[in-house]
Amino acid sequence: MQDTPFDLQLLNACAAILLLLSFAMLAQRRTVALVNLLALQGFMLFVATMLLAWRTGQNHLYVSAGLTLVLKVIALPWLLHMLIKRLQVQWDTEPLLNVPGTMLIGLVTVVFAFGLAQPIAELASTATRNSLGIALAVILLAFITMITRRKAMSQVVGFLSMENGLFFGAMSATYGMPMIVEFGVALDVLVAMLVLGVFFFQIREQFDSLDLHHLESLKEDQ
Amino acid sequence: MNAIAWFTQFLEVLAALALAPLFLGWVNACRAWLQNRRAPSLLLPYHGIRKLFHKDAVIAANASPLFRMAPYVVFGAMVAAAAVIPSMGTGLPFRSAADAIALVGLFAIARVFMSLAAMDIGTAFGTLGARREMMVGFLAEPALLMIIFVASLLSATTALPLISERLAVQAPALYPSLAFTAVAFTMVLLAENARIPVDNPATHLELTMIHEAMLLEYSARHLALMEWAAALKLFNYACIGFALFVPWGASLGEAGVLALAISIPALAAKLAIAGVWLALLETVSAKLRVFRAPEFMATAFMFAVLGLLVHLLLGA
Repeated sequence: MQDTPFDLQLLNACAAILLLLSFAMLAQRRTVALVNLLALQGFMLFVATMLLAWRTGQNHLYVSAGLTLVLKVIALPWLLHMLIKRLQVQWDTEPLLNVPGTMLIGLVTVVFAFGLAQPIAELASTATRNSLGIALAVILLAFITMITRRKAMSQVVGFLSMENGLFFGAMSATYGMPMIVEFGVALDVLVAMLVLGVFFFQIREQFDSLDLHHLESLKEDQ
Repeated sequence: MNAIAWFTQFLEVLAALALAPLFLGWVNACRAWLQNRRAPSLLLPYHGIRKLFHKDAVIAANASPLFRMAPYVVFGAMVAAAAVIPSMGTGLPFRSAADAIALVGLFAIARVFMSLAAMDIGTAFGTLGARREMMVGFLAEPALLMIIFVASLLSATTALPLISERLAVQAPALYPSLAFTAVAFTMVLLAENARIPVDNPATHLELTMIHEAMLLEYSARHLALMEWAAALKLFNYACIGFALFVPWGASLGEAGVLALAISIPALAAKLAIAGVWLALLETVSAKLRVFRAPEFMATAFMFAVLGLLVHLLLGA
């Protein structure tokens, strides 16, 4: 640790904070706070990308950092906040399953992710390869967030958080994906968000709520 | 040199005994100022203890010897804990007597005796308080152990004075693992010392009490010892926090008189800041329902384990 350069220490700190934010999302009850946490996670991703770009001198990373800032810190959270306001679910909370239990499952998942990423990280030659385990953990924690939530809005936030994890994983394993892929993914996420926004309104029109367990039963059963 | 080490040891225990009520008074005064109240005297805890020592003890007819014994055991455990926590110097002769894990055990002894004594008389509130205390305790203890494990992994030893010494001389670097454990430690400190998010030290409503409910049957010198022990516990926890997270200022190893002389104002400054910080935390947070307390402790445990995992993965 002593001989780790300072910028790498900062990168490690960013990775640790990303993981922490994933846990915060897992335990957060309020939808609005969940969106803010997502924006914060995007911002940490932006900082990490900038640091990595500065450290490795890879110019295309600056572009993807800019893309992260515009899309994940500004556009998507703004869109989500707009939707929340339009759907009037500002004060929505979710009855979570038992929080300590969820936390413990999350911790086990992190251990699993770290174990899984270790052999893969050995193959990578980047300075940030240790962060691969954290990226995988962020992805799996986002999965758990989606599984344990019942409101459509929280599930979408979980989905976006998963995308953050994937982006961070690509960054730490190979210093980012090719530019064209990154643009494609960014566009995909944006379009997915817009389509899901329309879906929210449709779901509410049909069921008077955004609770997805209404979708679980078939019409014939009733 | 050896004489200085023994002197440091002696001074440390004496300082813990003498300063613990003052620290408690300082936290209470800061809290009062933050809440726009007139602060009670800083010396109020001393007056309380002195007053109680002058009273005649009243003990329930069906109290067993355990009930009389408990205050002495609890107080003794806290004094023993104060002897192995490096609040001023790390070259303590007692440091090989108990490592950090045994220290957690000392706190556990105090907790078990306090809970048993609370159940001894058989009043409803005593039993209720004891049960709640054990619930908080069994959740806080693993978190505290995890915190100690992270620090032990960073410094390759489990003796608290050595941990503190090695962390103090380490090259300055960003340690996300230590930052996470510091948050976890703050939460454990609040829970273990019956501070606000978990328990309210100023409450008079028996239904919400945890710590106070266990002391309802005690009076006079027994109560004085219990209250002094509670103040000592807070002081000890604060000093553990300093040893792990702000180890600078304490005299290291076999340092001389000058280092010891520097360490005394350093400790005073750290305690003053910690008091303000504690009061601030207690003022901005609301008391949790008792059934939310496990969530609070699970979060502390999560922070500690996350620190451990981050350390193992990133080596930081």
